[in-house]
Amino acid sequence: MNKILNFIEGIGSTFRRKMARLGAGTRLFFLVLIYSGDSFKRIHLTIREIYFTGVLSLIIIVVSAFFVGMVLGLQGYYTLEKYGSSEAIGVLVALALVRELGPVVTALLFAGRAGTAITAEIGLMKATEQLSAMEVMAVSPVARIIAPRFWAGMISMPILATIFSMVGILGGYFIAVLVIGVDEGSFWSQMQANVDFSNDIVDGAIKSIVFGFACTIIALFEGFDAPPTAEGVSRATTRTVVISSLAVLGLDFILTSFMFV
Amino acid sequence: MERAKLDIWVGIFVILGIAAMFGLATKVGNLTSNSIKETYQVFANFENIGGLKPRAAVKAAGVVVGRVDSIVFDTEAYHAVVKMKVDTRYIFPKDTFANIYTAGLLGEQYIGLEAGGDLENLEDGDLITQTQDAVVLEKLISQFLYNKAAEED
Repeated sequence: MNKILNFIEGIGSTFRRKMARLGAGTRLFFLVLIYSGDSFKRIHLTIREIYFTGVLSLIIIVVSAFFVGMVLGLQGYYTLEKYGSSEAIGVLVALALVRELGPVVTALLFAGRAGTAITAEIGLMKATEQLSAMEVMAVSPVARIIAPRFWAGMISMPILATIFSMVGILGGYFIAVLVIGVDEGSFWSQMQANVDFSNDIVDGAIKSIVFGFACTIIALFEGFDAPPTAEGVSRATTRTVVISSLAVLGLDFILTSFMFV
Repeated sequence: MERAKLDIWVGIFVILGIAAMFGLATKVGNLTSNSIKETYQVFANFENIGGLKPRAAVKAAGVVVGRVDSIVFDTEAYHAVVKMKVDTRYIFPKDTFANIYTAGLLGEQYIGLEAGGDLENLEDGDLITQTQDAVVLEKLISQFLYNKAAEED
């Protein structure tokens, strides 16, 4: 009897804990909005964070984009060749990258490269009581630490996703046109005829903004909420990657289902 | 790292982003290719539009001269009304034919305009009276079967 009671109690307390975390996360978001004036007034704080989240992620984004584009070019070519329409390879690569792979893969890499760094940094600041020290000095840690990182993530992520799409298409071009020998003119002209700016490219950019928001706020909250121990910080970092990835994939499905019907 | 150096790197990063967006818009997307600016509207009624969609091409002799703007169903006459926007550079006689064609075997459908011999030209808001519907495969097959059956009787 006791076991059953414990089990039911366990479900309830887990649910309550999750809800409380969601609430605390939402509260953090509104705090960020309230204090974000400071992060634009002292713009160098935000620029510093753009350097760490955006510029330093550039290498991994460019390299993986090039490889993703090359793989798309190769795999697409094998199938399209069977139907005698290998010129459509440009459309395939461009649409796949601009609509889906650009924003999604960038967000996954961003969560792994920048999100974990944010969580670990803030978690460690908390563990070494730097955040408490700021509060003692009447400096709000949200204004000084959280808000600049939030806006840096929101700005970096769409830029990274755009660069990912463009470099990926160049990777596809490299394989399809330069290596395999698909006609260059029809590669680009079919792409232009079938990729719509306001439907495909802008929708992809909207996706990347939403993903940037999700990844950044999750990383910030996990760091801010981490228990101030070595174990707590390491767990929070792991949770950042897991939750960000799941959130990105889930949001991608929702966004796709009402963008491209 | 000193602040000036950070600023330069972030500046380069933002410029790369803008360049990539510019590349996507001009090289990949169709922002530059449909440079039709000034247009006039022409209407056409079809009994059946098949798979014609808004933004489909309007072609004359294979050259894109305009785009389909909207397709609505007229509940009074029970036919489809297609609104087209045609580039003002191209003028067509009043008795122009509007046909719905398919690009290739499985391609998308477009409107083909064939000029007639009228001396007056189509103006903004005019209706093209001579139209030919999209070919519906089922209708074609059933017609063929009926003809076959009629021959055998």
